[in-house]
Amino acid sequence: MSAPTAKGVLTTPIFKNNPIALQILGICSALAVTSSMSVSLVMSLAVIFVTAFSNFFVSLIRHHIPSSIRIIVQMTIIASLVIVVDQILKAYAYEMSKQLSVFVGLIITNCIVMGRAEGFAMTNSPGLSFLDGVGNGIGYGFILMTVGFFRELFGSGSVFGFTVLEPVATGGWYVPNGLMLLPPSAFFIIGFIIWGLRAINPEQVEENEFEMKANTQPKEAV
Amino acid sequence: MEHYLSLFVASVFVENMALAFFLGMCTFLAVSKKVSSAFGLGIAVIVVLTITVPVNNLILTYLLGEGALTWTGIPGAANIDLTFLGYLSYIGVIAAIVQILEMFLDKYVPALYNALGVFLPLITVNCAILGATLFMSERNYNLGESVVYGLGAGVGWALAITALAGIREKLKYSDVPASLQGLGITFITVGLMSLGFMSFSGIKI
Repeated sequence: MSAPTAKGVLTTPIFKNNPIALQILGICSALAVTSSMSVSLVMSLAVIFVTAFSNFFVSLIRHHIPSSIRIIVQMTIIASLVIVVDQILKAYAYEMSKQLSVFVGLIITNCIVMGRAEGFAMTNSPGLSFLDGVGNGIGYGFILMTVGFFRELFGSGSVFGFTVLEPVATGGWYVPNGLMLLPPSAFFIIGFIIWGLRAINPEQVEENEFEMKANTQPKEAV
Repeated sequence: MEHYLSLFVASVFVENMALAFFLGMCTFLAVSKKVSSAFGLGIAVIVVLTITVPVNNLILTYLLGEGALTWTGIPGAANIDLTFLGYLSYIGVIAAIVQILEMFLDKYVPALYNALGVFLPLITVNCAILGATLFMSERNYNLGESVVYGLGAGVGWALAITALAGIREKLKYSDVPASLQGLGITFITVGLMSLGFMSFSGIKI
């Protein structure tokens, strides 16, 4: 990779090198919180905050971390930041923190945070690392908000809690699609988003490991 | 006894770690290309979960919880509430136990160590491990329940990843649209599996 620029590190993770769609990082805690947009917004903000500051602090002390224990040091920094987020949420948005339940804590093991700290912050200056953290957090938040948008719009006919499609239950016309509120729908939506992103950027398509020859009987395939 | 059995069944099927809560997704998607390696990782997760959840339960009950330090006899200990240190200590405990387990297996059970070798360090950052611990503390399980829950959560996760690997091995032979190849189709497969597992919801023994 050539020398990263401030604008580059901020914008590439959003579409070109999206942490969820391309690097398969951080899906762990992402899917269960996307059933409504406001919850996914809070989750995205929390992740942006943690990624940005963990990158910043890891980068600040990167020359002083012995490489044999660097994982533990990064873990400690990340866990402390997550504790801060969790305490703030509990103090000022208790309802929200109840809805997010264990998923705030799971930001610790979110591979995006760890991956960026290890892959970017250990070799770059604090300022750039901070921006890289913000960029990756936004890339994560972008997918999260998109999934949240579709799930809330089709699942309960609203966006951010404001009714857009009037559901039948309150005298409107829209019959909510219950499947959208269930966890599996998140998988389908992310699958389709990846499909879309890769149709636009064909260089991201994965190689087929197994090519079937023409005119062969696919006996093994049965 | 009945209570433990129903907790076990619920944690394996109804509240499947991978398919109902999406925990441990990164490794779930990355290591599910072959049944043999998926099975190895599954066994490692079962072992680690069965040990870490009860240990973290003990730490919560005797060190961190509100008034947990009363047994030390320190004056005023009943007012100490260290729950906010939970995340930091849980992740430390998990990392330490994985490390100890690795050293123990290397010394005494080399066959198992060679089979699991690559996967053990991966497990530290597996969200399923930390997730199970957090669910345990949120639901206030006691020691016995946390052993059963840890085992059940592990078995459920192993079951899910082995099943997905089986499907993906067959999927190699099918003709998938180019841009859906690999990750995309895997997501949709997992979605369908997750729908299948939802049919277990509401089952009680």
